[in-house]
Amino acid sequence: MLQQLYESIFRADFLFAIIRITAPILFAALAAVIAEKAGVVNIGLEGMMMISALFGFLIAYWTQSWAIGVLGAMLIGILLGLMMGFFSFKLKTNIILSGIAVNMLGAGGTIFLLHMFTGLRGNTGALVSPNILIPTIDIPLINKIPILGEMLSGHAILTYLAFILVVVIRVFLYKTPLGLKMRAVGENPSAASSVGVSVLKMKYIAIAMSGALAGFGGAFMSMYYSQGWNQGMVAGRGFIALAAQAMGRGEPVGAMFSSLLFGLAQAMKTKVSGLRGIASYNYLIEMIPYVVTIIGLVVYAISIKRRARRHQLKPVKE
Amino acid sequence: MEEQELVVRMEKISKVYPNGIAANRDVDFSVKKGEIHALIGENGAGKSTLMKILFGLEQPTDGNIYLNGEKVTLASPLVAISKGIGMVHQHFMLVPSLTVAENIVLGMAPKKSGIFIDNKEAVRLTREYSEKYNLHVDPDARVADIAVGMKQKVEILKALVRGARVLILDEPTAVLTTQETGELFQELKNLKEKGFTIIFISHKLKEIKELTDRITIMRSGLSVGVYETDSISEQEISRLMVGRDVVLKVSKTESVPAETVLTVNDLHYINEWDKKTLNGVSFAVRSGEIVGIAGVEGNGQRELVDILFGLKLPASGDARVSGQSLIGLPQARIRHLGVSYVPEDRMTFGVAQTASIQENVISDRYSRKEFNNGPLFNMKSLHKESDKLIVDYAVLCKSRSQEVGMLSGGNIQKVVVAREFSSDPILIIADQPTRGIDVGATELIRKRLVELARAGCAVLLVSADLNEVMELSDSLIVMYNGRIAGYFDDGKWDDVMMGEYMLGLKSQSDEEIRRACHA
Repeated sequence: MLQQLYESIFRADFLFAIIRITAPILFAALAAVIAEKAGVVNIGLEGMMMISALFGFLIAYWTQSWAIGVLGAMLIGILLGLMMGFFSFKLKTNIILSGIAVNMLGAGGTIFLLHMFTGLRGNTGALVSPNILIPTIDIPLINKIPILGEMLSGHAILTYLAFILVVVIRVFLYKTPLGLKMRAVGENPSAASSVGVSVLKMKYIAIAMSGALAGFGGAFMSMYYSQGWNQGMVAGRGFIALAAQAMGRGEPVGAMFSSLLFGLAQAMKTKVSGLRGIASYNYLIEMIPYVVTIIGLVVYAISIKRRARRHQLKPVKE
Repeated sequence: MEEQELVVRMEKISKVYPNGIAANRDVDFSVKKGEIHALIGENGAGKSTLMKILFGLEQPTDGNIYLNGEKVTLASPLVAISKGIGMVHQHFMLVPSLTVAENIVLGMAPKKSGIFIDNKEAVRLTREYSEKYNLHVDPDARVADIAVGMKQKVEILKALVRGARVLILDEPTAVLTTQETGELFQELKNLKEKGFTIIFISHKLKEIKELTDRITIMRSGLSVGVYETDSISEQEISRLMVGRDVVLKVSKTESVPAETVLTVNDLHYINEWDKKTLNGVSFAVRSGEIVGIAGVEGNGQRELVDILFGLKLPASGDARVSGQSLIGLPQARIRHLGVSYVPEDRMTFGVAQTASIQENVISDRYSRKEFNNGPLFNMKSLHKESDKLIVDYAVLCKSRSQEVGMLSGGNIQKVVVAREFSSDPILIIADQPTRGIDVGATELIRKRLVELARAGCAVLLVSADLNEVMELSDSLIVMYNGRIAGYFDDGKWDDVMMGEYMLGLKSQSDEEIRRACHA
């Protein structure tokens, strides 16, 4: 059995799968990174992805254009972000609660909305056609290289976008005045406001950007990964992304590596469950990505503690 | 006045907070161009409020502000900054993970090619100002890694880069070492020569004498005088600062101290900035007496009280109640030894604001047998207990189930005191027990303290209110700079003498201070 597993893992298509699986987690992890930098905990990522996945798909179907669909998903993400911001910053609800509200909306509301708009129940399988799915591209030259070509070429446009955004967001956070202000707001709001930086504005911008990224993640799920929207499709990726953000120490590049780790776990799960004679352990195998998440968070927590001890930071007095 | 123009003129400034407390009453305050002007006064005298008004953080209830002769409305710090006013807060307004240069240009970062931060320009700007004004900082260092003295320089630079011509420094030396203080003074004198105007808030007389040109002294919200620094003695300043207003008399009989309850032995404490805030404090409190601790805030009283109630661990030394060491004990154990604690910050440590009066008064005794029926509370006895305390301590409320947070300050403190005084303590630590509360509540609390002491309780009273400690105490300890500067047990003290010890003008010999230990 192990022999069989080795054979299926040490192959270019397995590496290809990791990248494909990582992309939506990465979008969401970047969304978490941006929000966190401005001091906003965006726990509503899961719901944002669900809702934008649905609307992205529907808009693409109505316009018969994948590009407009992706754009629509992004806009829906931004709107959801601003809504969460409005509830938390303006109406002063706890941000965790408004995040949970978005998640509930994502879980239940989407099924209702789908039925309202299309009369369909639970999934959009009936509406799928090739021109509303996000196209893949072959990268010239690279696709000729053995293994590397198979691994890197032929992905969806949004997959490449996810990895490009890692760099873009890093540059944004560290090299632009807006990014600087955002980080200052996240770390010491009174310092920021004492020099005239609007804390509220920065937080709104951050959660809107976070929403946009979650929107991309959602679009990727419904318009490429699962080829159509169905309930339960996001399957905890929004939460895994929060773990990736934490494990990546809140940095874009760190979050990318943690996302890849989760991508690997997910790909493993798929491979293992495909092995012969293992069907009876199905539910156990389903757990792999989540177990990896927990282990990852534990490792992260220990490393933070060690670092704190080394720097002799005093824990907060209870 | 004519030949030297006034950069800042605040006229008849009053500030009354919604809760009715008047922080400033008809204060006139003016600063000449190019001077270092000290603003001095006890805690709560209103100097911080006055400066917050000048920096646009608070709006005056009444009065006018003129900058360079022009009447202005300072609606926010941004407006104040744009009018050339800069403030260095006591708690630094810096972002630790950013570099010095990034902190300095935050909110006004220079750009290149339209979107990116021009980091080179930011560093250059920092260097330029740093050299021009002799404030040496490393532009590329992270703020988290630099020393407190340098952080302060960064704050001053922040203000200068934004075009400040008038700098307000709020107790800038409170966090500095002696050496850093010397450096800061040199830099400030330098700035003065360059034509900057500096307002220096402090209550350290030596520093003020050394550094400033003129002094405005404040006391309980009023300005009690403006003087040329050279024309007034330190004694005179201290008299004006702590001069007494109305005195609430509490009748009390002679104390008959019995056995020692609390012994504090050679306590040392080093704070997070490596500053020694307690430096060998030893004393004892005996049953039947009230020992008062007087002193300007920030001279080690906070640390002392925190250590005695287990909120901080000392670097060395010991504190014992009835022979049992308190160090490292959890609060429940300390209470179990018979220690009661009236905390300074009653809203955080004294009560649970959203809980009822009943829940608050029973929070230290709910586990007692008489209040329980098996796994459930015996509500009847709880009601009885809380109603009794409400009556005994005259808590003005609708019922025992009213939320504590809805009560007035004085009544909240009565709730705290009702709980702390009624648990048969052998030692009460009362930290600013009457700060900010009404006269009625103040009187009740003071009366109860004296009653308890006369009934055999040991009381340690820490208060920045000089009247209070002088009136209530049977013996008095004055703290200055983390040490005991004087111990008095003869009942013959007055505010002038206290002021001199509190401000470090005088201190007793080790011999005399050792009497505080009764050993």
